[in-house]
Amino acid sequence: MGYTFNGYRRPDGQVGIRNYVGIIPSVTCASDVASAICRQVQGCVTFPHHQGCCQMPPDLERVTDTLISLGKSPNLGAVLIVSLGCEGTDVERLYKEVSATGKHVEIIRIQELGGVSNAIQKGTDIARNMAIEISGLQREETDISEVVMSIKCGASDTTSGIASNCVIGYVADKLVDLGATVIFGETTEFIGGEHLLARRAVGGENGPVGRKIYQIVNEMEGRAKAIGCDMRKGQPTPGNIAGGLSSIEEKSLGAIMKSGSRPIQGVLEYPQHAAGCKGLWIKDTPGREPEILTGMAATGAQFMMFSTGRGAPQGFPCMPVIKICGNPNTYERMKNDMDLNAGVIIEGKNSINEVGEAAFEKMLRVLNGEMTRNEAIQYFTSIDIHCLGPVI
Amino acid sequence: MAEVFALKAIDHDNVATVFTNDVKAGMIANVADKKGHHFEIQLLSDIPYGHKIALCDIKKGEEIIKYGEAIGAASRDIAAGDYVHIHNMDSQRGRGDLEGGTV
Repeated sequence: MGYTFNGYRRPDGQVGIRNYVGIIPSVTCASDVASAICRQVQGCVTFPHHQGCCQMPPDLERVTDTLISLGKSPNLGAVLIVSLGCEGTDVERLYKEVSATGKHVEIIRIQELGGVSNAIQKGTDIARNMAIEISGLQREETDISEVVMSIKCGASDTTSGIASNCVIGYVADKLVDLGATVIFGETTEFIGGEHLLARRAVGGENGPVGRKIYQIVNEMEGRAKAIGCDMRKGQPTPGNIAGGLSSIEEKSLGAIMKSGSRPIQGVLEYPQHAAGCKGLWIKDTPGREPEILTGMAATGAQFMMFSTGRGAPQGFPCMPVIKICGNPNTYERMKNDMDLNAGVIIEGKNSINEVGEAAFEKMLRVLNGEMTRNEAIQYFTSIDIHCLGPVI
Repeated sequence: MAEVFALKAIDHDNVATVFTNDVKAGMIANVADKKGHHFEIQLLSDIPYGHKIALCDIKKGEEIIKYGEAIGAASRDIAAGDYVHIHNMDSQRGRGDLEGGTV
């Protein structure tokens, strides 16, 4: 059976499921101006991050590349870049590469405009025109193979690996079989289960993709070990531990359930957009919400499916996040923040496949415009870009 | 009839996860696996929801197996029916404390 959804076809061929004006601060020092413009104009989203200056050159490039990929998000119909004027990110390249998608992109510079209030006024006028310009765009029927789904689990407990992650794994397998793209990350949460992922790599455990999986896990674990202490409490978190997860290995073995069972096609670097990627992919990210949600929105994912056990309510400005709760006790307490109860699996009321189908149906409605819980309440301003070096 | 539901993920796991609220020492857990097999074990301590119990005696240093994979090692002897968590098992990964840091 073929599935379709109604989405916004962009000039570069990507298909969005939302139609926002993106107000992108090129540096943390421009975040307040971007937020002020966003508050004033309907249909805008912004990305108040904390990077872009006084960082080592590879990180500055990483921030520029991530912002470019974010600007290319199919859920953004137009983009206004807010620059301070003296930052370390490459604002010209940001403007040029987002413009290459064919969408309307403009840039304002706070210092050049004579300060904050002038920049807010100028930016508000530009954003208002952009909002009007894109507001009449109509959704078009689109094949399900155009879907790019990102996956994450957060505030996990032992129900995650048995219920909610398995539900997402079911949806991931189904989407891959329908020709769509699925991306999962959280490299930290491969530690102890990396051999199982590497064996699913195209070309096998010893091929380039399998070796790359081992490499990113070694690098992530190496950065943690360099501090000279047990990573427990950092990962797994105190909440994970209170939820019964005793070690990073236990957390990882539950976490990777959400990737389903299909072959892994390759590994994307954190800032990379997934244009042209089909099937199941890994993105090398940490597990913390602000950084991974940003990284996943930067793949061009139209939405995220997010599993939780303890109850993580966060979303992302331009990427609807569907929350699937594996713990029936948590669902009862936090049902206002949850889109789907997978706790029924633990209670023996429904199978993984049954809840998986319900998650797929919810996904189809969200693709067509239905809001998710965190989208409706606009719980999505904690965002950031994952960098590797020091702030200097 | 057993009062407590515990799930064993894979055949050779030596722990199971309890999914019943307010579980107290002395209660009998009904341990189920995904194939529908069941057996009973008496609990030696209170077990919070979602936490693990030992299905057999596990000696200090032996691996704790869940999902058929090692999730750590016992840091002291653990008896069948006892609570398994950070007080008696350690992770074997991300241990900068054992290897010495470089920062």
